[in-house]
Amino acid sequence: MAIVANQTRFGTYGRPVLAWVVALIFFFPIFWLVFTSFKTDADAVKPEHLLFFTPTLDNYLNMTENYDYWRFATNSVITSVFATVFALAVGIPCAYAMAFNPSRATKDVLMWMLSTKMLPAAAVLYPMTFITKSIGLFDTHFMVIVVLMLINLPIVIWMLFTYFKEIPKEIIEAGQMDGVNTWGEIKEILIPLAWGGIASTALLCFIFCWNEAYWTVRLTTTEAATLSKLIEGNRAPEGLFFGRLSAVSAAAVGPIVVLGWFCQKQLVQGLTFGAVK
Amino acid sequence: MGQIVLDKVTKSFGETQVIPPLDLKIEDGEFAVFVGPSGCGKSTLLRLIAGLEDTTSGKVLIDDEDVTQVSPSKRGLSMVFQTYALYPHMTVRKNIAFPMRMAGMSEQEQEAKIKAAAESLNLTDYLDRKPGQLSGGQRQRVAIGRAIVRDPSAFLFDEPLSNLDAALRVGMRLEITEMHKRMQTTMIYVTHDQVEAMTMADKIVVLQAGVIEQVGSPLDLYHRPQNKFVAGFIGSPKMNLIEGVEAEKQGAHTIGIRPEHVEISTTEGLWQGTVGVAEHLGSDTFVHIHGVPGCDPMTVRAAGEFSVSHGDTVYLTPNLALLHKFDDKGLRIE
Repeated sequence: MAIVANQTRFGTYGRPVLAWVVALIFFFPIFWLVFTSFKTDADAVKPEHLLFFTPTLDNYLNMTENYDYWRFATNSVITSVFATVFALAVGIPCAYAMAFNPSRATKDVLMWMLSTKMLPAAAVLYPMTFITKSIGLFDTHFMVIVVLMLINLPIVIWMLFTYFKEIPKEIIEAGQMDGVNTWGEIKEILIPLAWGGIASTALLCFIFCWNEAYWTVRLTTTEAATLSKLIEGNRAPEGLFFGRLSAVSAAAVGPIVVLGWFCQKQLVQGLTFGAVK
Repeated sequence: MGQIVLDKVTKSFGETQVIPPLDLKIEDGEFAVFVGPSGCGKSTLLRLIAGLEDTTSGKVLIDDEDVTQVSPSKRGLSMVFQTYALYPHMTVRKNIAFPMRMAGMSEQEQEAKIKAAAESLNLTDYLDRKPGQLSGGQRQRVAIGRAIVRDPSAFLFDEPLSNLDAALRVGMRLEITEMHKRMQTTMIYVTHDQVEAMTMADKIVVLQAGVIEQVGSPLDLYHRPQNKFVAGFIGSPKMNLIEGVEAEKQGAHTIGIRPEHVEISTTEGLWQGTVGVAEHLGSDTFVHIHGVPGCDPMTVRAAGEFSVSHGDTVYLTPNLALLHKFDDKGLRIE
């Protein structure tokens, strides 16, 4: 009985407190980023202004007036949206084939796909830069979209595969018996049934694309540069301007935090789906 | 039309051959039942006909046309699955309309067929519900409705009643049989329940380990089982198979006698035994008897109420004219 009582007490008070502590620890960097973005560059590094300072919007005004924030933001939206759409366009038929018509090699193919995520990106940096430049695709939206799509494709296929495996095979077979061709099976049966899973996958893929920095910084200069490039561009030889940098970073992570906030239920469901299963 | 022919069809999964070369002909309008124990290959055989599994070799012919390489959607067959396999995101109306929509049928024609199917299957009040809001029996009716509206050349049923409770199963069994009598369309029905096979079929195909043990009408199989397997599988309760001295007296390795063909008495008879369990059903009494040489326990069916209980001594007399004789290979001796 004593054990049960202890567990109940922990469940009632301990668990929520622990959850809040963990949440605050994770939230603190975002809070500090936004907090610092309202300081001047000078205040940002002064210990006496660590907590008390005169808030200013200069960093944000400066960012939109001098750094062309909206162009970078537009590029981020374009590349992330198209990369996600293309990743789904390739991933859905691929995951469908592996979930409903598996061969002996399916598991190996899935592992191979995941193994490409284990490859250090730096190992292919120079070939990639060289190739994109030589075929004239360096700093183009097309190149960024293709790269973002390809690096996220393994995760997209894995997630979709897990969702599709949840759908009873008989339902797909019933579709075949009802006179549906392969495209019809995907359009009429698979997509409506796995809609929640596809939405979670798309959301996660979009977030990954938006946050991607390694390739978008290195394969762009101005034309297709995304918000990651804008943040990276705020480094100056004289040092880091923390106020400005915080404002740019806050403006870069802001949209994705808001999106994540509104879609958190869908996202959590999507991420824990396989684990619960 | 809906004549289905399997010509030397085989199926292997990797190295394992689950269907050795098999020939079978199902006539147009026939109600054929594939029956056998779990894992005997009956569902695989049905899926080969449907096209949901590829044959390893051999041909599948529907109305003399080789459809071995034709996709399931083009074979003109309808299938009802054990798990119903309804589209959970669609209403009953949309589920039934789905195959017609895929075939490009006009809206008016679809609506007329939905109405007719819903009326014949008592689904009219449920057309706007989703499958999740229906009972098991109603779901199975929707699955049948979806199969009917295609006007298929043959219906394939894969253990469609297994997920229903006993009472509902009997009702649905009658409905499907009646539907066959009305439509006169070829039906192939897979079940492991020999009672379903006996009550529904024009032709029963008994399978074991992918091999056809016997094909025939229900009463053919009941009266003239070709081997011990069929003898033991068809009939409820099972046929008593007796080996040893009693069989040798009849010039056979094994003799079989059905429970209803043995007379039971508390005073006299050919064999003597002790009652193990007596199942009193009212209309019949099934008595399981120990101590009969070569067959333990022996089951006997007595008409009406037969008052015995555990430990009582009883006497049994088989109707020798209705004995089945089998040789050492288990094959029937005429």
